[in-house]
Amino acid sequence: MTEKITLETIEDVSILAKLKLDPEEAENARKDMQKMLDYVEKLNELDTDGVEPLTHLFSYGNVFREDIVTNGDASEEMLANAPKAKDGQYQVPKTIE
Amino acid sequence: MIQTETTALALSREIREKKRTVRETVQETLKKIHETDSSIGAFLTLRPEEELLEHADRIQQQIDDGTLNSPLAGVPVAVKDNLCTRGLRTTCASRILEDFLPPYSAGAVERLEEAGALIIGKTNMDEFAMGSTTETSAFQITKNPWNTAHVPGGSSGGSCAAVAAGEVLLALGSDTGGSIRQPSAFCGVTGIKPTYGTVSRYGLIAYASSLDQIGPVAGNVSDCAALLQAIAGHDPRDATSLVRKDLDFTSACVCDVKGMKIGIPKTYFQDGIDPEVKEAVLRAAETFRSLGAFVESFDLPLTEYAIPAYYLIASAEASSNLERFDGVKYGCRASEYEGLHDMYKKTRSEGFGAEVKRRIMLGSFVLSAGYYDAYYLKALRTRALIKQSYDHAFTTYDLLLAPAAPSTAPRIGVSLEDPLKMYLGDIYTVSVNLAGLPAISLPCGFDRGGLPIGMQLIGNAFAEKTLIRAAYTYEQTAQGLKTTPTAEKEAHR
Repeated sequence: MTEKITLETIEDVSILAKLKLDPEEAENARKDMQKMLDYVEKLNELDTDGVEPLTHLFSYGNVFREDIVTNGDASEEMLANAPKAKDGQYQVPKTIE
Repeated sequence: MIQTETTALALSREIREKKRTVRETVQETLKKIHETDSSIGAFLTLRPEEELLEHADRIQQQIDDGTLNSPLAGVPVAVKDNLCTRGLRTTCASRILEDFLPPYSAGAVERLEEAGALIIGKTNMDEFAMGSTTETSAFQITKNPWNTAHVPGGSSGGSCAAVAAGEVLLALGSDTGGSIRQPSAFCGVTGIKPTYGTVSRYGLIAYASSLDQIGPVAGNVSDCAALLQAIAGHDPRDATSLVRKDLDFTSACVCDVKGMKIGIPKTYFQDGIDPEVKEAVLRAAETFRSLGAFVESFDLPLTEYAIPAYYLIASAEASSNLERFDGVKYGCRASEYEGLHDMYKKTRSEGFGAEVKRRIMLGSFVLSAGYYDAYYLKALRTRALIKQSYDHAFTTYDLLLAPAAPSTAPRIGVSLEDPLKMYLGDIYTVSVNLAGLPAISLPCGFDRGGLPIGMQLIGNAFAEKTLIRAAYTYEQTAQGLKTTPTAEKEAHR
């Protein structure tokens, strides 16, 4: 049985997704998600018991490197793309009252 | 003039033999783009002419003093706008990155420049590569050069349209679920999705990291092979980049498929395929048979589970990858907000388009507590089974022959109404990404309306050379298919 998607679900998910949806967008999101979940329900026809989830295509183990800085200082160029910067730092709205 | 029927390899040879200069080549390319692109809309950004000409002169100098002799030296290349290009606007066709100037170039772009190719500009795409028509771009609609009432496909629609329209001979695309192969088919050009890990993803703005792979688009198989050879190779800045020994892809451009075993998955030709597409691909199968290949149909199980597994995995990874767009480090920031969290939410809601939000929402849901096992892990388990089913097929066959898409290019304006229906059009391409395999898409005919039909050859992991050899052999045999929208129009005049 497919999960029933309510407007409350959409509200919770929009917090995780960091998206602000107006009532019309929320209703559309609810319908879209319901439709997709009804569709992907198809996967439950498959018996996947005992199948390991595929997280890596080729198992070469982890890739390590020495913890040595190799790139130069590009802070100015990086900060040039920031919507707001001050004194060589990213500027964000006040986070603690 | 650059002849529309020329190849990138021939153009570079002319440059290196001093029959033309790099500067002339760049000027002619810009002229062609200025004449054509107002009706096609393939490019989002062009590099300033002055900067290009300076770069052209530097390359010319290296050619003249003998320090540069690569097979693509002096050739202009278009690059999909999700690949970072230092100092050149890179938008992912999204409002949220409208003014982004990358401080570094992608690994693939660096390699191209080292090979003496010139990045001429950035091509349109579906926003963050999410879409199959290039219509989810926040900036413009790209038209199919064969018929401008139709889409070029997507998400690498700009790159494929630019090549089909003769604006450039080479372009880079990226393929997460078919985004190089499907638009190549719709535009009548050739494109390769390499084995996962073959081309560095460093500097590719991530959509779904476990599926994304950069690849070449060109007018023919040899150019595609040469472009792939130029961009492939290990890059320590991408932890999934592989060390591969044999990257000499151009040496596989030989006419010989004798004894090659080609499997045709039966299920790919059953429901939902346009009869004209089916006929064209099966005709190509006959061609391979007549050239000495062993061709037969077989059962490839699990086909119908690829799309649901793909959309769950891709959306999950997208929701995570796109968290970085929060109005702090780059991109736009909402103008009015109350506090930090409201700033994040408003910035993202104003900056992302509808399809991107849809996938972020789905991805956030399937990764959330209580649903992770039922949806995300289930999809990863299905992915393992799909990979096994390909592994099994490749114990018998050298490669698989399939359509690239169930139909030819749809008309502009009809696909976005029903997203799920649009997703179903990816049926022949997504499983290749799930299994990490290489595949090539190349033209194999036209429908009655004159739109190109593409076929797909799928290889085992690391078997690009087998794909290239088969595709090259087919292309040399079916010479009549090698035409351009302009040539076609003139022939019918």
